[in-house]
Amino acid sequence: MSVTPPTEDKGNGMTGSVEIDAGPLETRELNDQLRDLMLAGIQKVVIRNVCGQRYIGTRLYSPEHRKMEIEIFGTPGNDLAAFLYGHKITVHGNAQDGVGNTMDQGEIVVEGRAGDVLGFSMRGGKIFVRDNCGYRTALHMKEYEDKRPVLVIGGTSQDFMGEYMAGGIVILLDLYGKSHKGNFMGTGMHGGAIYLRGVVEKEQVGGQVEISPLDESDREILDRYVSEFVERFPDLCLSKEEILKDEFVKLSPKSKRPYSKIYAY
Amino acid sequence: MKSFVFPEFQIIRDEEKCGQCRGCERQCSFGTHTYDPLTDRLISDDYKCAGCQRCVIFCPKDAIVVRPTQSFYRPNASWSREKIEDLKKQAETGGVILTGCGNDKPFRIYWDHIVLNASQVTNPSIDPLREPMELRTFLGAKPDLMDIDFKGGDVEIKTKISPHLMVETPILFSAMSYGAISYNAFRSLATAAKQSGTFFNTGEGGLPKEMRQEFGKYAIVQVASGRFGIDAEYLNCASAVEIKVGQGAKPGIGGHLPGEKVSLEVAATRMIPVGTDAISPAPHHDIYSIEDLSMLITALKEATNYEKPISVKIAAVHNFAAIGSGIVRAGADIIAIDGLRGGTGAAPKAIRDNVGIPIELAISGLDRRLKNEGIRNRCSIIAAGGIRCSADVFKAIALGADAVYIGSAALIAMGCTLCQKCYTGKCNWGICTQDPRISGRLNVDIASQRLSNLIHAWSHEISEMLGGMGINALESLRGNRDHLRGVGLHEWELEVLGIKGAGE
Amino acid sequence: MPRIRRELYNKEICACSIFGAMNRDGERFTGKGVMKAIANMHVRGNGLGGGFAAYGIYPEYKDYYAFHLMFTGNSPEAKRSAKIGFDAFLCENFDVVSDDEIPHSDEVVVSDPPLIWRYYVLPRKQGEEALLSDEDYIVKMVMHVNTKIENAHVFSSGKNMGCFKGVGYPEDIGEYFMLDKLYSAYTWTVHGRFPTNTQAWWGGAHPFSLLDTTVVHNGEISSYGTNRWYLEMYGYACTLQTDTEVIAYAVDLLMRRQSIPIEIVAKILAPPIWNSIDRMDEKEKKLLTTLRMVYGSLLMNGPFAIIIGQTGKMIGLTDRIRLRPITAATRGEMFYLSSEEASIRLISPVLDSVWTPNGGEPVVGELNNMRTVL
Repeated sequence: MSVTPPTEDKGNGMTGSVEIDAGPLETRELNDQLRDLMLAGIQKVVIRNVCGQRYIGTRLYSPEHRKMEIEIFGTPGNDLAAFLYGHKITVHGNAQDGVGNTMDQGEIVVEGRAGDVLGFSMRGGKIFVRDNCGYRTALHMKEYEDKRPVLVIGGTSQDFMGEYMAGGIVILLDLYGKSHKGNFMGTGMHGGAIYLRGVVEKEQVGGQVEISPLDESDREILDRYVSEFVERFPDLCLSKEEILKDEFVKLSPKSKRPYSKIYAY
Repeated sequence: MKSFVFPEFQIIRDEEKCGQCRGCERQCSFGTHTYDPLTDRLISDDYKCAGCQRCVIFCPKDAIVVRPTQSFYRPNASWSREKIEDLKKQAETGGVILTGCGNDKPFRIYWDHIVLNASQVTNPSIDPLREPMELRTFLGAKPDLMDIDFKGGDVEIKTKISPHLMVETPILFSAMSYGAISYNAFRSLATAAKQSGTFFNTGEGGLPKEMRQEFGKYAIVQVASGRFGIDAEYLNCASAVEIKVGQGAKPGIGGHLPGEKVSLEVAATRMIPVGTDAISPAPHHDIYSIEDLSMLITALKEATNYEKPISVKIAAVHNFAAIGSGIVRAGADIIAIDGLRGGTGAAPKAIRDNVGIPIELAISGLDRRLKNEGIRNRCSIIAAGGIRCSADVFKAIALGADAVYIGSAALIAMGCTLCQKCYTGKCNWGICTQDPRISGRLNVDIASQRLSNLIHAWSHEISEMLGGMGINALESLRGNRDHLRGVGLHEWELEVLGIKGAGE
Repeated sequence: MPRIRRELYNKEICACSIFGAMNRDGERFTGKGVMKAIANMHVRGNGLGGGFAAYGIYPEYKDYYAFHLMFTGNSPEAKRSAKIGFDAFLCENFDVVSDDEIPHSDEVVVSDPPLIWRYYVLPRKQGEEALLSDEDYIVKMVMHVNTKIENAHVFSSGKNMGCFKGVGYPEDIGEYFMLDKLYSAYTWTVHGRFPTNTQAWWGGAHPFSLLDTTVVHNGEISSYGTNRWYLEMYGYACTLQTDTEVIAYAVDLLMRRQSIPIEIVAKILAPPIWNSIDRMDEKEKKLLTTLRMVYGSLLMNGPFAIIIGQTGKMIGLTDRIRLRPITAATRGEMFYLSSEEASIRLISPVLDSVWTPNGGEPVVGELNNMRTVL
């Protein structure tokens, strides 16, 4: 572990950026070190040679709500940033399954693809994924009052996206022209909204889902989050205007109680 | 001769509530209630009451209670009231005691001793509200090996597949003949089968000509020993043909439709003179041995141009497994097996209550015997005989059946209360009667909706149970006895069923 | 009918990690890389089983069937006597070209290892057996040994390939059999096990194999009872009481005996959902409906991710709703399959493409020189 001298001394000698070589470290050891660094007041960490270590960013809850910025080089293991409480994590590579599992607040940026159950039960914060993602994306995503999670994906998702969604915003941009091939989108959806650039067939979405064109408020939402997406991936040289010019559809629930009629009394 | 027998039911009328609307008098076809203008009261004759509860439900003031007469003989575990009274009736008439519906005696109900598995931790359960749950079933003979041609990216199946029935849910309506049940009831079954993606069975009464166009393709037509109503059009308009060799309620004997129930329309459909007794002989008189059955099966295939699956319905008796194996080898595509509790419109009580074995034991035995002989693929098994709820259907499939037939359950959905007086032709619910005055009470739209509701509700429950054990396609449940356990069963029962005891 | 014994089997359940690596040019490499990769997924297992399948390891004996045998028993004497019993059977029914004990390192600590022996054989058919093909003969003999000869178990029976497995973490098993030193293969598949039935035995580890088909499997087959019965009708004895066994036999039945290609076999083991089938074009719809109708009993329900190895092929497949993960990747001629991407990156940090296949769609890697020219 090497420590670079603090770039800005805030008078308490507590800032600075630290590097960790995760090569020889098991999950537990890596997360031990991260926690120690957070408690010591370090605000930026770069982890190299990550290969399959799990739950990075999970053990970083502090009652004082400290915030860290973590950069990961390599391939983080499952459940990256599960239960994340306010930090920012950037992955320079692909991520695996369970990214942002029950995440509460903070930001995750993945310069690559993500695996299954991305943003599962997400309750707040933002996730930006440059490429595609796997199955069961944004399952049971939730929102409450003004706490609204956002998930923006540059490519497409596989089957069962947005199942049981109860809130939040998911945006799939299909920047690579593969078109949305996933099935069973939004089955059981009862809150929130999914925006897809391109088209989907009725048969691809659940019975409780309505496909509709965008209105003013939808465009505002897209404008804001697509801008943020473009900022996070400067290498792609994207233009927000170009993206927003194209046709989008919105998936939303037909009712808040999709299953009200199945029981006999 | 004076009858020594007491009434079966006791009618208690709350005189204060009764408004003398005479609704009960109109509803009861047995003539139980009569209005006495002199006293401005309804008088009820307990002796005539069948206990069908029609008047109770339709009384606008809920003024009537009908219940079994309290037992007034000295309590006797061996000589029950029923045994004593049946004996007295026979002494008075010298006749055979007749009854309807299915076996009501307390034989062990194996369904209630089998419990199901659920997935936890090692295998996720699947939520049928979100994820697809497939109950679609194909009934028919499947080839052992398929000859498939692969030319480049093109795939062609060369093997000719035998004809099949495709059902969206593994619940079919059992054979109940037009004659035994009313036209409206029959039509309701046909309509519900069409609405719900399943099939109904015409029973031995034929299929009325005016129904063939619309309902033929949802029908399994029966060829029974009486060969009623069978013409080439009848066979060809249907989706499958079933040879009825026996039924669970009365194995070994034929059917009997009393002349009173052979109305104009029934006679026309069955192609017999009006008012004659319609008797189905005990055996098919051209099937005295298994090779004769083989001949009949092939004859029917010829008559239908090999386009329809041929089913053979048997009652579950002691050597059902050997019979079943023989039937498969004789060329049948489907075996329907009807157990001890199967229902009927009319049967001697002695036969109904004593002959046959419970269907649960038969399904398992038949499935395993066919598998041991390596021929299970060559037919589908439909189980019948007292299926009361979706859990019974589920257990039947896990024990080895492909699908089930429901008879009594379908009738109950339409209004039947199992009063067992079907043979009188006076069914107050309009189901087992040919009297147009009464059968008109059964509204086809409403009754078929009730049947469709039943199928829908049970299918949903089956989906829940399937999902709970981590399965999302019914074909993965069939014969999968690993997911069942027995509770409170003897060792030999567990062996016959082929399941372990709970906790093992 | 005599009293029938109930099928009192206890099914094992497999949660775990799988990995596969293949060089499509047929260049062979040692087990070192895959041992590292599977060790990286250490947390997915619990040390109660690990195993490897390797293809192309016996070039000098490539025309002979290489039987790998396990002799179990309570004592070294019991194990040796089991071997004697087996040897007698073997000599009667096979021509044995050569045999030796599979070398292992005594420095690696494993629990109660059986006596493990290797034989290179050719079938010697007698009488009616001459009507069987060599492969059917081998299958028959293997089923016989595994059900009838006590304490002897054939766990590998293909040509120019072999399985190595036991009770322990897979990287330890790899070291026990010195796979990083003694063998070079063009395809390796590996498995690390997390059984939830505590009775672990060496034969219960993955891969399961029959002839040259090997299967490593992550998941639980909830349709096991149904699949098992169907296969038993075709002469396969499901003695190992694990659900992976039925996959190996189903693959043997469909791919070898019925010559169905893997793309179709995948649609039998993991067919699409009916509402997708109903929306396809007529030809496709008819094919898939017929397959489901006829082979419904081979539908593998429940979560699974499997890697099937065969001579010249490595195939990855997951269940129809992708309840278990699998990641595929390529780098030049190397083709990888893994439960987790990180393990692939460990041995090949740069990859040409990485993707997660759809549920029910097989990913097939083939030796370049074996690909059929269309």
